[in-house]
Amino acid sequence: MMTEKIFLQIINSLRAEATEEVSLDSPEREPILSSEPSPAVTPVTPTTLIAPRIESKSLSAPVIFDRSREEIEEEANGDVFDIEIGVSDPEKVGDGMNAYMAYRVTTKTSLSMFSKSEFSVKRRFSDFLGLHSKLASKYLHVGYIVPPAPEKSIVGMTKVKVGKEDSSSTEFVEKRRAALERYLQRTVKHPTLLQDPDLRQFLESSELPRAVNTQALSGAGILRMVNKAADAVNKMTIKMNESDAWFEEKQQQFENLDQQLRKLHASVEALVCHRKELSANTAAFAKSAAMLGNSEDHTALSRALSQLAEVEEKIDQLHQEQAFADFYMFSELLSDYIRLIAAVKGVFDHRMKCWQKWEDAQITLLKKRETEAKMMVANKPDKIQQAKNEIREWEAKVQQGERDFEQISKTIRKEVGRFEKERVKDFKTVIIKYLESLVQTQQQLIKYWEAFLPEAKAIA
Amino acid sequence: MPSSTAVDLHGDSSLQVEISDAVSERDKVKFTVQTKSCLPHFAQTEFSVVRQHEEFIWLHDAYVENEEYAGLIIPPAPPRPDFEASREKLQKLGEGDSSITREEFAKMKQELEAEYLAIFKKTVAMHEVFLQRLAAHPTLRRDHNFFVFLEYGQDLSVRGKNRKELLGGFLRNIVKSADEALITGMSGLKEVDDFFEHERTFLLEYHTRIRDACLRADRVMHSHKCLADDYIPISAALSSLGTQEVNQLKTSFLKLAELFERLRKLEGRMASDEDLKLSDMLRYYMRDSQAAKDLLYRRLRALADYENANKALDKARTRNREVRTAESHQQLCCQRFERLSDSAKQELMDFKSRRVSSFRKNLIELAELELKHAKASTLLLRNTLVALKGEP
Repeated sequence: MMTEKIFLQIINSLRAEATEEVSLDSPEREPILSSEPSPAVTPVTPTTLIAPRIESKSLSAPVIFDRSREEIEEEANGDVFDIEIGVSDPEKVGDGMNAYMAYRVTTKTSLSMFSKSEFSVKRRFSDFLGLHSKLASKYLHVGYIVPPAPEKSIVGMTKVKVGKEDSSSTEFVEKRRAALERYLQRTVKHPTLLQDPDLRQFLESSELPRAVNTQALSGAGILRMVNKAADAVNKMTIKMNESDAWFEEKQQQFENLDQQLRKLHASVEALVCHRKELSANTAAFAKSAAMLGNSEDHTALSRALSQLAEVEEKIDQLHQEQAFADFYMFSELLSDYIRLIAAVKGVFDHRMKCWQKWEDAQITLLKKRETEAKMMVANKPDKIQQAKNEIREWEAKVQQGERDFEQISKTIRKEVGRFEKERVKDFKTVIIKYLESLVQTQQQLIKYWEAFLPEAKAIA
Repeated sequence: MPSSTAVDLHGDSSLQVEISDAVSERDKVKFTVQTKSCLPHFAQTEFSVVRQHEEFIWLHDAYVENEEYAGLIIPPAPPRPDFEASREKLQKLGEGDSSITREEFAKMKQELEAEYLAIFKKTVAMHEVFLQRLAAHPTLRRDHNFFVFLEYGQDLSVRGKNRKELLGGFLRNIVKSADEALITGMSGLKEVDDFFEHERTFLLEYHTRIRDACLRADRVMHSHKCLADDYIPISAALSSLGTQEVNQLKTSFLKLAELFERLRKLEGRMASDEDLKLSDMLRYYMRDSQAAKDLLYRRLRALADYENANKALDKARTRNREVRTAESHQQLCCQRFERLSDSAKQELMDFKSRRVSSFRKNLIELAELELKHAKASTLLLRNTLVALKGEP
């Protein structure tokens, strides 16, 4: 009796802890930290800030971002970053239209800037969007390629909210979980973003203020859409004198890459679809082969047909697993890069805007100088003084404009170099993994058919 | 020439029939039927005629309608050559989709032409197997219409009969539903023989299930073909990517493009092997089991006639009127029924052994081909992996 009471107390306290972690929404909670982005970190070479902890940890790599020995050695010479992120355990919280999925974000790291070497928090999808929004507002306009967050899906999420426990909603959740994981992995791989306090808060803090601007149909959302459209119009009217052929070349390259990746992605999606169909049809055939085996009155043939049905059932499983690999390795890699390239294009656009600002400042300065000259001719001493003040103001702006432009150009060059290196690594890793999955499938097929062959020969 | 089913031509080469040539025109196929025979009936030892599908159907129907063969399984008629789907696809391709490259277009055209050719080969095989089974059967091979079909140099002018056939077909279907009632035991007819009772239950279920299996095998084959076709645009896109790249991904993409092109061919071959060894075999035995069911119908009808004749004889005896006629009629029915039963028993046993040996052969060949393709794919994939991993 006594022990039972204690047992129940322990259970209750554990439960209380768990709910604590998850209730990110409770209205009584005071926002401890502001929902505004914290000030941007001035980029410093990473090695000075990041020193490995004394106890070295053996890290288990998540599926896609496997690190080989060569990679770790390479890392030891240049950028040192020792951090792995996992997104797991999707859990539905709440009911009806206010329900949401909470994901566990686990960080394993040997970096000293984190207070622990292994820790986890619970986050919801809008938290990820909020993180991206903050990082984008701080770093995009100065030329950093900020990895885009996974896309919203009103349809997909509604199904989950209303509690449809079918395979399409589980698939949707798994797709999202994997995308969130890849998103964080890419973000922490960026040496500058890794040092951002908002990122650290996202990974470490047990509570995070709710990111409200990311709601799909919110006023802020609509405003953002309008701004994007306005931007597009502006871009068309900026005629930049490109003094650096490198930028024009790169932009063209990324444009071509974008087109080709989209084409490839569409074809791979068709492949996934057909492989799923093949799997379903194989399963249906397996059943009818089993039925046929049952009616067959020749004993040995009947047995062989039943064996055939079993083989086909196993092959159906194989096809399903292969479709899974087709999608999560091949298709998702392509769609990730299509969105990453959009971010790259965005950064090039910011550079153009920066140039425009500099250009505008130069024009204004010219106008101010003209005004000064006019005032001197008209001999209006106080107006002349005002003109001289304005000239000084605009000279400073022109200088700043030039500095900004040079800075963003420099940053972009570095970023593109890093991005391309990452892209090569990413693609190579995934291609090899994907081919290995194809080999696996074929080897299983060999096993199954080799087991079946003697059964067929045994028909007498 | 693929012979999809076991037609046992061993031991009797006195009549050899094959389709030595075939030509596909706008909406018809012309088969050249070549016969080699030392039988005294024929004017020459080797001769050919040209026949179209309708003439095969005429021959088949002539056998079915012949009372002499009521106790035999009539080999199922070959299906009508159907190039509609394939032709439509080729036409759609021709109408053009400007977003595909010239290379892609060439490959897709190649695929569709191969498909057309495969359908063509299949229809030739089906028509050939029909004739070869007839030629191998000790009774059926001696039919007068068969000789006419093989030898008569002119057109058999059976195409005009199509309309009559359509009507005939309609009536035949009505008769068929009466037969279904007979065979499913709804008519109250008493089956006297255990062997036939077993065969009846067996064939009814077997036919339904093999039809199901055949349909589903077709769907599997179709999905497989779609999958193989998907590799075409994938390979093309990878090729373009590789050409555009300036870094180490260039070789990776190009190698991958080549890999998918070769995988496509392997997948395509696998699909057509599954089609031949599995789908086609199931389809053939679906038709053959229907022919066996038809035999059972005929025997049951003969049994029904016999029972009715018995009843009529009893009635005549009680009334003492026209007893002689009733007696001779009853005797005729009895003889016919017994003749049919004897021959049907033999035919059904042959059907079983034919079926078993055909399944055995095709399943073994299917497994061997699947293994061959899987091993070839593995080798191809492994080679590509080695090449990709070996790069800086």
